[in-house]
Amino acid sequence: MTTGATGAAGTARIRRIRGRAIPLRGDDIDTDRIMPARYLRVVSFEGLEQHLFEDDRRQDPAHPFNDPRFHGATVLVVNRNFGCGSSREHAPQGLARYGIRAIVGESFSEIFQGNAAMLGIPCFAASRQAVEALQALVASSPEVMVEADVETGTVEAGSLQIAAPVPPAFRDAFLSGQWNPTSMLLERFDEVRAVAARLPYLAGF
Amino acid sequence: MPETLFRKVWNAHAVRTLPSGQTQLFIGLHLIHEVTSPQAFDMLRQHGWRVAFPDRTFATVDHIVPTDSRRRPFLDVVAEEMTAALERNCREFGIRLWAPDSPDQGIVHVIGPQLGLTQPGMTIACGDSHTSTHGAVGAIAFGIGTSQVRDVLASQCLALEPLKVRRIDVTGRLAPGVYAKDVILTIIRRLGVQGGVGYAYEYGGSAIDRLSIDERMTICNMSIEGGARVGYVNPDETTFAFLRGRRFAPQGAAFDHAVRWWRQLASDPDAPYDDRVAIDAAAIEPTVTWGINPGQSVGIDEPIPGDADEEALAFMGFRRGAPVRGTKIDVAFIGSCTNGRLSDLEEAARIVRGRRVAPHVKALVVPGSNEVARLAEARGLDEVFRAAGFEWRGAGCSMCLGMNTDRLQGRQVCASSSNRNFKGRQGSPTGRTLLMSPAMVAAAAVAGEVADVRQMLPQEVTA
Repeated sequence: MTTGATGAAGTARIRRIRGRAIPLRGDDIDTDRIMPARYLRVVSFEGLEQHLFEDDRRQDPAHPFNDPRFHGATVLVVNRNFGCGSSREHAPQGLARYGIRAIVGESFSEIFQGNAAMLGIPCFAASRQAVEALQALVASSPEVMVEADVETGTVEAGSLQIAAPVPPAFRDAFLSGQWNPTSMLLERFDEVRAVAARLPYLAGF
Repeated sequence: MPETLFRKVWNAHAVRTLPSGQTQLFIGLHLIHEVTSPQAFDMLRQHGWRVAFPDRTFATVDHIVPTDSRRRPFLDVVAEEMTAALERNCREFGIRLWAPDSPDQGIVHVIGPQLGLTQPGMTIACGDSHTSTHGAVGAIAFGIGTSQVRDVLASQCLALEPLKVRRIDVTGRLAPGVYAKDVILTIIRRLGVQGGVGYAYEYGGSAIDRLSIDERMTICNMSIEGGARVGYVNPDETTFAFLRGRRFAPQGAAFDHAVRWWRQLASDPDAPYDDRVAIDAAAIEPTVTWGINPGQSVGIDEPIPGDADEEALAFMGFRRGAPVRGTKIDVAFIGSCTNGRLSDLEEAARIVRGRRVAPHVKALVVPGSNEVARLAEARGLDEVFRAAGFEWRGAGCSMCLGMNTDRLQGRQVCASSSNRNFKGRQGSPTGRTLLMSPAMVAAAAVAGEVADVRQMLPQEVTA
């Protein structure tokens, strides 16, 4: 699934994700659709994978998350502005707990992409044409293995190879294993205190 | 060197550059609520971390609180459980909480500015995408996820990349019956729901200059609906007048010192922008959404576009070329962090006064905070709404996202002053939302269908 050793911040280095894929077509799929708000009535993230796309799945029997051919997929292939709307981490948490390890798409909401990164899920951005080609391939051949490479920014499936870079800061964080930054943010806490001491609204006007 | 406010505030809060190239950014004010914080506190406990700056985090309950009865324990056992968890966490970690029975409880984005916690030049974070609201006073405010809530609790910092800045000039005068909501819906329609990804939106120009802080909050609030995580307006005399005397604002001589600092944070006249957009205020009409994202809107006199998205049309039951005006509604909702402040209720009450809600419409007003409710009641607005047939509720997020019991049923159509018309957003998977200004919601409630508020304005305004 992932390769590499434990990074400096105590999280795994993530370089390559290899697995079967699930195509989810449509632009502007918001986090309310990924995880309806009634499932935010919880104090933990456990079990959220059961409610992924629940309303969409009920309204559309052909929804890919209803299709047994895609069970066990680890790479999600989406279109434009995926994860827009609410900042609820419950959405990527549900995807992570379902087993999604990488998302390939045309573009992503900024908050969603950041939340996914905190869970070790890189978002790979490719052109519409490339994404559609990948979706078509996976839809017709669900068994095809997809390999997404964080370092080179490429996604390969069968004879298809597409350019799909991860934004540099996220890329470097995944490669160094520092995508979960709390320890790093605590490392030089004297510098944090120094900034606080300089801010007039904390130091006193 | 001339700079934008965004860059000045960013630089003042930058701790260091992380190995990934991201900036470690100090967060001056952290706001939390019951939905996106419990797991963050659990992560803290797992690692044995403390809250680094407990006096810079403030908590309230808003998303899940019942708006009918505040008696504890809540009848809604999950709401009770989540509220109790927040109370426990705040006690354990020494964080100030405005619980449901506090006079200061309310939607987190309403109470921050109301209490004067939100100030120009601050970096602000909250586990809620509408945190951009706080930019209305010239703060840089980020919506974040729960893992980032953990980061801010543990370190008072976030790992972020700087944003580009797009200056959006709105110039000229808004016509009567046209409000801040119409301005932001127009901006999102023009730039797209994804147009702001990677940008902070700086709103300015003569039309923005004339807006109150409440109205600027409506605009900044919905920046995220245009893809922009951050939206702000440079601080000016309106900002300073708004903040003076608020409980957490600097007092006395300190206030004057603060104004001096705030003033010089505003973007310099020749600041470099990554992009510029101009919008003509006079051309903006009362605006209403017809689709399933906030960019899918029309002016009230316009038909649904010929290239309208098929999925949206099918879900909403609309046809291309048809008007949205005249669409029968089932529910009218006035409230939310977008439009649940006193001035929103005042504008809606002006339309409602002396009229009745159509018999088939369920109409509710949910003030954005207990303070908003108190001020509205002192002005008799609750009586105006009740007399017209509206329900007058307690403060919270309510039917904006249907996390409490205020939800649409089946395929109901709701005229809503909230911020999202996503599929299922208002608590029914097939429920349909039409976003519009609070005054337009009031007009729709009375007419029983989507109507043009300009035909219902009191005489002294239209004259």
